[in-house]
Amino acid sequence: MRAKPTLAAAVLALASLTACGGTGAAGGDGTTLTVFAAASLTEAFTEIGDRFEAEHDGVRVEFNFAGSSDLAAQITEGAPADVFAAADAENMEKAVEAGAAADPRTFALNQLVIAVPEGNPDDVAALADLAGRTFAACAAEIPCGAAAQAAVDAAGLDLVPVTYEADVKATLQKLVLGEVDAALVYRTDAIAADTEVDAVEFPESAAAVNTYPIAALEDAPNAGLAADFTDFVLADDAQAVLETAGFQQP
Amino acid sequence: MSAKRPRQRRRIPAALLVPAVAGLAFLVLPLVGLLARAPWTEIPSRLAEPDILAALRLSLATATAATALSLLFGVPIAWLLARGDFPGRGLLRALVTVPLVLPPVVGGVALLLVFGRNGIVGAWLYDRFDVTIPFTTTAVVLAMTFVSMPFLVVSVEGALRGADVRFEEAAATLGAGRWTVFTHVTLPMIAPGVLAGAVLCWARALGEFGATITFAGNFPGRTQTMPLAVYLALQSDLEAAIVLSLLLLAVSVAVLASLRDRWTAAAA
Amino acid sequence: MSGPRPAGPGPGAAAAGLDAHLVVDRGDFRLDLRLRAAPGETVALLGPNGAGKTTALRALAGLQVLTAGHIVLNGETLDRPGGRGAGRTRRVAPEHRRIGVVFQDYLLFPHLNAVDNVAFGPRRRGMGRAEARALAADWLDRVGLAEYGRRRPGQLSGGQAQRVALARALATDPALLLLDEPLAALDARTRLDTRVELHRRLAVHEGAAVLVTHDPVDALMLADRLVVVEEGRAVQEGDAEAVTARPRTDYIARLVGLNLYRGKASGTTVQLGPETALTTGEALEGEAFAAFAPSAVALFREEPDGSPRNTWRATVSGVHRHGDHLRVQLDGPLRTAADVTPAAAAHLGLEPGQTVWAAVKATEIRAYPA
Repeated sequence: MRAKPTLAAAVLALASLTACGGTGAAGGDGTTLTVFAAASLTEAFTEIGDRFEAEHDGVRVEFNFAGSSDLAAQITEGAPADVFAAADAENMEKAVEAGAAADPRTFALNQLVIAVPEGNPDDVAALADLAGRTFAACAAEIPCGAAAQAAVDAAGLDLVPVTYEADVKATLQKLVLGEVDAALVYRTDAIAADTEVDAVEFPESAAAVNTYPIAALEDAPNAGLAADFTDFVLADDAQAVLETAGFQQP
Repeated sequence: MSAKRPRQRRRIPAALLVPAVAGLAFLVLPLVGLLARAPWTEIPSRLAEPDILAALRLSLATATAATALSLLFGVPIAWLLARGDFPGRGLLRALVTVPLVLPPVVGGVALLLVFGRNGIVGAWLYDRFDVTIPFTTTAVVLAMTFVSMPFLVVSVEGALRGADVRFEEAAATLGAGRWTVFTHVTLPMIAPGVLAGAVLCWARALGEFGATITFAGNFPGRTQTMPLAVYLALQSDLEAAIVLSLLLLAVSVAVLASLRDRWTAAAA
Repeated sequence: MSGPRPAGPGPGAAAAGLDAHLVVDRGDFRLDLRLRAAPGETVALLGPNGAGKTTALRALAGLQVLTAGHIVLNGETLDRPGGRGAGRTRRVAPEHRRIGVVFQDYLLFPHLNAVDNVAFGPRRRGMGRAEARALAADWLDRVGLAEYGRRRPGQLSGGQAQRVALARALATDPALLLLDEPLAALDARTRLDTRVELHRRLAVHEGAAVLVTHDPVDALMLADRLVVVEEGRAVQEGDAEAVTARPRTDYIARLVGLNLYRGKASGTTVQLGPETALTTGEALEGEAFAAFAPSAVALFREEPDGSPRNTWRATVSGVHRHGDHLRVQLDGPLRTAADVTPAAAAHLGLEPGQTVWAAVKATEIRAYPA
């Protein structure tokens, strides 16, 4: 898949514009740093972006939050961006293979939990407790689905969810709406929805720890700032923000 | 009556031709984009994947079932809207078209709120009969019907409004009761409109994604229709997604074309 | 004229045929029409567009709700809104009336061929499919379309479609046949043939028939009795002879081509206005009509000598062709139409605005009570 600006690239670029929402239009006379980040980083990176702006006069950070695979496709198709923060190593690898990124560094870890309704009415304590219950998981095509499969395999259980959802928010939504008894989601997602769900940790999740790599892009319009931003994300201040959101330090 | 006039080539006004060609290009170019990007050599092996065939079969079956349901309920709704004389008809018509405007994902959530385990109807079904609708093939059909039935209703209502009521009166004077008039006169006369509506409805159901994935979830062989398979493929492999899209496209075009041939043959 | 021509059934008798009083209120229009038709009799409703003829027909068929009045067919009450006492409110749905209708543009079902169109009625009244088709084929044969049974309406000519429509209406053996402008959609030539055919069918039809038309020729040729309808009311009624000889409204006078005036008769003089009177051949007293044909009017450049008593000065307001002669419209004390030969017109040098003298012999003027 050589990067050649084709129609598909145009479509994806259009999609990225839509994803940016209104913020992309405001120019300002300072420098704008464009960060493509996985959707699961939305809350944490918005906060980190604010702190980065506070430390760098005249710099604006704009985010494009989307699924990691969408972002990887956009970057390999030539979308203009400075930094890529992915929710898994695989999608970062795609960007690296395409020559769009180099030297990714892991800045956060995320682990699966069993999300259950608030108060845990079914007393779910372990993965085995899901047997005989309806639960939702992510589809294998996306990182949280691959992680769920790995965890279930590690437990040696024959658990089949009632649905393989297309993204982690949809998975969680099925739980919130009461359609399933439990959902296998990332700890960060369970924490983001904390008023409605409880997160049950389980040991097998260690078999499928998700790593979040970040890299400045080769064609970054603001190469210097891009390097600054990746360093900033790995520093203590940003790490604290990530931890609050439920991520673990690498 | 049917004297054939010598065919005259008339110049098409540029004011129509230019936007028509531009519009066609806009509609067709994305397809060209897909075709250009399609990894043709991979297609045979993709088609052999059991999950893909299951998704295709499920899509065709559920879209057809949704069309049947839409006909069953949509034609009477259209009749009510076109011929009924009651207060609030305008409001009713607006309500019928709500699914056209509603983002399908929201439609899916709305369906969950009604037919879900805690839904207005779903809770009763669950308590009474131990039946759950979400995550079943039934849910796929319901989601498709929800988003596609308005197409049928709008189309059939238009046909009913265009139909000459006097034929129905003629049938009444010949001894036909209201139901017989409907089945023997009205329905045959608006058949082209019903067919057009059913085709639209079927096509919309076949492409349905948002409401389906929200209400029915995604489970291979049970609720994973082609659009869901395409979307998930898109997460990991753009080219696989293109192959699946083209497959869905080819099958639907083939079905519609054969239907059309059969229809025009029957009408002749 | 065809068929028996019985006197209308006496009042109170459980009459055979149709006895109707049609009252329909529709905003600023009101239809109020009494109508009777004996079995075998054909009654024509003749009147201008908008007179309410079609409304009357639709009311008979049950497609238009009566505001008041009644419809009784062969002793069975089909419609009686707001009935009191013995005749309580009753309304029979169109599909349960033994009434056949030939609609103005036939309304043959486009999705059915001719046989199935004709078989439609018998099928709905419980006949089996094969039997109904055989009956339909028989009817098509009777109207001379045996070969056309498998054609769809779109493949039939106007005249053929009309005959299929007639066969369809008759195939249910209706006690009352309604025809709404049955020949209006046909071209002049087809109309002639179809009218003859229709006349033959009406002659053998045993039920009553009501024909709506604005064409006096259709009415005169097809009907036993004419009811002239204007503005929702019957203004004149009678057989063809009576109506054409003694028109009572301008509309009828125009249709049959007569000059018609209303006035007060005293002996052989009909006083039309303070200054205007006509001398007639017949003596009469009281309110009267006076009528004469345009061909009875003679035109002169100068006041004629030894003049007939009805002579007046008039101004030519228009001249146009009318058949093989010219029709001259005259203004003056009387608005009159006069027919002259082209030769006479040339001799008179007629043109609008010109003053001429008009004369009519007293013996050419018919007078009858208003």
